[in-house]
Amino acid sequence: MLTTVYALLFYVAFAIFVGGIAYRIWEYWNTPKPAVIPTTPAPITYAGVAWRMLKEITVFESLWKGNKWIWIFAQLFHASLWLIIIRHLRYFLEPVPELVALAQPFGKYAGLTFVLGALGLLARRMFVSRVRYISAPSDYLMLVLFLGIGLSGLGMTFVAKPDIIGVKAFFLGLMVFNWQPLPASLPLMVHLGLVALWMIIFPFSKLLHAPGVFFSPTRNMRDVPREEYHPVPWLPPIDQVEYDPPHGK
Amino acid sequence: MSDLEKNAQDAVDELPPEAQEDPLYFDPEPKDGAAAHIKSFPAAPEFQEALGYPGERPENWKEVALNKMQELRGKFRSFRLFLDICVKCGSCTDKCHYYMGTSDPKNMPVARQDLLRSVYRRYFTLPGKWFPSLVGARELTEEVLDEWYTYYFQCSECRRCSVFCPYGIDTAEVTMAAREILDSVGYGMKYTNEIIGKVFKVGNNLGLPKPALESTLEDLEEEIEDDTGVKVRLPLDEPADILLVPPSADFFAEPHIDGLIGYAKVFHAAGVKWTISSYASEAANFAMFIGSYENMRRVALRIRKAAIDLGVKRIIIGECGHAWRAAYQFLNTLAGPFDFLDQNYPIPQHICEFTWDLIQQGKLRFDKSQNDHLTLTFHDSCNVARASRMGDYPGGQFDIPRNIIKAVCNNYHDMPEGTIREETLCCGGGGGLLTDDLMELRKKGGSPRMKALKHVTEEFGVNKMAAICAICKTQFSKIMPMFGYGMDDIMSVHQLVSNAIVLPGSIQEKELDGEGEEAADAAE
Repeated sequence: MLTTVYALLFYVAFAIFVGGIAYRIWEYWNTPKPAVIPTTPAPITYAGVAWRMLKEITVFESLWKGNKWIWIFAQLFHASLWLIIIRHLRYFLEPVPELVALAQPFGKYAGLTFVLGALGLLARRMFVSRVRYISAPSDYLMLVLFLGIGLSGLGMTFVAKPDIIGVKAFFLGLMVFNWQPLPASLPLMVHLGLVALWMIIFPFSKLLHAPGVFFSPTRNMRDVPREEYHPVPWLPPIDQVEYDPPHGK
Repeated sequence: MSDLEKNAQDAVDELPPEAQEDPLYFDPEPKDGAAAHIKSFPAAPEFQEALGYPGERPENWKEVALNKMQELRGKFRSFRLFLDICVKCGSCTDKCHYYMGTSDPKNMPVARQDLLRSVYRRYFTLPGKWFPSLVGARELTEEVLDEWYTYYFQCSECRRCSVFCPYGIDTAEVTMAAREILDSVGYGMKYTNEIIGKVFKVGNNLGLPKPALESTLEDLEEEIEDDTGVKVRLPLDEPADILLVPPSADFFAEPHIDGLIGYAKVFHAAGVKWTISSYASEAANFAMFIGSYENMRRVALRIRKAAIDLGVKRIIIGECGHAWRAAYQFLNTLAGPFDFLDQNYPIPQHICEFTWDLIQQGKLRFDKSQNDHLTLTFHDSCNVARASRMGDYPGGQFDIPRNIIKAVCNNYHDMPEGTIREETLCCGGGGGLLTDDLMELRKKGGSPRMKALKHVTEEFGVNKMAAICAICKTQFSKIMPMFGYGMDDIMSVHQLVSNAIVLPGSIQEKELDGEGEEAADAAE
């Protein structure tokens, strides 16, 4: 029963996660950028744009300019998340790649910094009046969700270890539609349930900032409006326009 | 008026101790509703209709507004994406000059976007349809529409917030969309929409007809001849190689007009054939402010037609910030391609690019001492700084105007870091807000810039600020007296050029070289 519920839950969650994100990307991709509007000074070459984007997604360049506290917590949060994701690949890959094995000790402690980062962001949201003003209930709940995932994960890493071999067998089985029993463990059920929830809400929430940042026209466009002709797709072509008549006629 | 002046003065005079350290210090605590009473006059029906909008609010206005929102989501990736991806991190919350000046939380960039995002969520997203209060979604009501009108006309579309956003979300894009939606239900703004109508009717924002332009330009020719002894032409509608498109304020406002004199002297010294067009006598394009690409194109096409009719090879734009954005980012896009112009020059080119080229080639002669009574700083105009470029490398828009100033003046100091270049502060009157009905907002929104200026006045004795934007110049000449400066303490960059330039055969040349000759004679 437990295995069936979680197996189905993960199929549904995964389908919504992948399908939803793919749909959003399709949506953004197909919406026109009618003008060249990078926030300047902006790079002129594609390589320059790649460099700007790389700085944006790794060292959060704009956020660094904007607010050092948010930057610190956001870096803690996102860098830890990457380590955690890499470490978790060991539950889905057999044999475990070297890089994933290498990340194991860091990934374990990244759980702590992840929670620390999320707590920092939550504290700002609660105690800085400007940020409190712009926060909806969902903005708090999103951080609570991350805290739930992080704390239940830490519980399993450092306190009550579940049957890891069994968990891995469950996920490997899921991938080849050969279900294996999910070990019964409360923190594991909470952890997996919240992760499934995270996957389900991803395509409908501000979590879209992750794929979305790559589509941001103020960051991903080259500053070449004079050098290259960039017509507005939904305006009539230039040979079909009408000019205003001269004045005083 | 006097109360307002006093308030603005207090904003600078009674600064808390923190302000001694930080020139931009302001109380960061939000004060709900502090700017709710500041509202511009809506446009009369005839002015709405002239731009293709309904004159009155239609019966089914809600449906019309939501359909417009849906349409804009399909036309602008920026709009669609920006509504989805904001994580409410708070990085932008203290970056808007109107928030710094009014403390009204709805002037925080993210909160300004949320006025519209909340409605978008309610009608266009699943969570907003199913759990509106959870995700801060709300119905579109008349109150919401009024709120949009109030606060989307408290944004100058200066893009400062977009510099600090980790996803590059540009509130200007949201403001433009919101104004387009408001216009689609007959709720336009008087100042912007009347002005666009004047461009269609007469050819420029100020409604100056051809005879008025002719006599103004003749007067200027006489004035220059009186000053220099040289006959410098300001041609109108003459066949030429260069079409100059200045903001129409350059034809009569101070200090704009001194800038126009400067352009004319530079063209004269360069020995080029140039002209102004009475048909396209306006570089400004207020249709950009209301997010209407159709109207923006109609204005931009006038420049194309004038260039074709006059048979010019190059287009040069005068000193104006949003006009330079409209030209730089939009002219080619909306009215191009300009394959009939000389491809060896940028299309369009900024007057500062033209002048700086000549200076680098050593073709202009200056007597810098003519500006020795001035100690200058430079105000980077928002659209020039964050929505354009000059020259062939990113950031040329910051260096070229400064290079020109330093080539013609001996005393120059920048305002503090964080208030210049890409982080420059709006003058407080941009984005279509340069109207008397928004004077309180203009004063408060201009106060951060005034604080930064005050800083260099105290430290370096700066007594004049130069700018390359018609709106900045008008705004500052109005608000600077409220902060202890004179209305003529704002100057055009080409006014400084005009002061220092030594035209061949001019009185100034004789004075300079005359001494030289006497000296040479004495030596013999």
